[in-house]
Amino acid sequence: MTDVNSWVYAIMPAGHPVPAGAGVADEDPRAVTAAGLVAVTGRVPRADFDEEPLRARLEDPAWLERTVRAHHRVVESLERTAPVLPMRFATLYRDDRRVAALLRARAAEFRELLRHVAGCQEWGVKGYATAPPAEPAGAPGRQPAAGGRPGTAYLLRRREQRRSGAEQGEQALRDADEVHRELLGTRTVVDVAGHPLHGSGASGRREPMVLNVACLVARESADAFHRTLAALAARHPSVALEVTGPWPPYSFTATATATTDGAPDGTADAVGEKPAGEEPGGAP
Amino acid sequence: MSGDLLPRPSGSPDLGHREVALVDLLDRVLAGGVVIAGELTLSIADVDLVRISLRAMIASVRAAWNEAPP
Repeated sequence: MTDVNSWVYAIMPAGHPVPAGAGVADEDPRAVTAAGLVAVTGRVPRADFDEEPLRARLEDPAWLERTVRAHHRVVESLERTAPVLPMRFATLYRDDRRVAALLRARAAEFRELLRHVAGCQEWGVKGYATAPPAEPAGAPGRQPAAGGRPGTAYLLRRREQRRSGAEQGEQALRDADEVHRELLGTRTVVDVAGHPLHGSGASGRREPMVLNVACLVARESADAFHRTLAALAARHPSVALEVTGPWPPYSFTATATATTDGAPDGTADAVGEKPAGEEPGGAP
Repeated sequence: MSGDLLPRPSGSPDLGHREVALVDLLDRVLAGGVVIAGELTLSIADVDLVRISLRAMIASVRAAWNEAPP
């Protein structure tokens, strides 16, 4: 038994089934029960899943993607039938006995977090600055004087395009801020957590990302939440909204997350300009 | 788990979808979830660094893809 570690996928209340299925090491996840809670763990070979080998594996993008997806698959299958607290990727213990000790030591905290997310799912809401409107033909006021050289006209036009592009960007940032604020005030939204904005390369879109948040929403409110999003999108045409999910509540597992990111007291003004709020899991 | 654009439907190619989903997954699986700090756990301190470098990698793959002739 010394050749395996325990990889922890999630914590949930006792009494829920652990579906069979391949974990990060193709193993069958199992239940470790203590203090009325279940930690779902996988026995993973130390040859691959110990500090040293894992550091090397983490640098292999193909391995990492496969393993991230496997971790997610297990968490997602649990989430279909029970409230779950997903664990941070690569939470590893020497054995299940130590996992049980963790459950006993922090049972009160885990129960409180489980109450917070019970019956809810996470939806990702991302916003991108929409492209500036096409330059109107014959727009008044900014045309070069008749007889101006063609080169001058071109430069003036380029300057005007840059100016309207920058204005559009500013408007998108303000609107993203407003969308974030409105989400915080939406009845169907239990909690909002911020994620860092993606660079244009990673997001896969040319337009700059101006909003990246996660919303905790009760399952039965999902339709109402989507109607709210559609209304927000219609009211803020400078931001193209994109929704992902539903996700297990990955972004709502820190005791201090509750609406502290982009608080409704007006401190959310920088939402669109820097990574929005804290990393939801806090510092490692 | 692909993104749906509001209000117009998403029309991205499959590759784009898959990678966008991976970025969203990394936001959650590598940066979210309960963090346990304690002597019982193994410390895998590099996970956050991995997330950042992986994002850069996705960006460069995309750039190469976009520059490639169709």
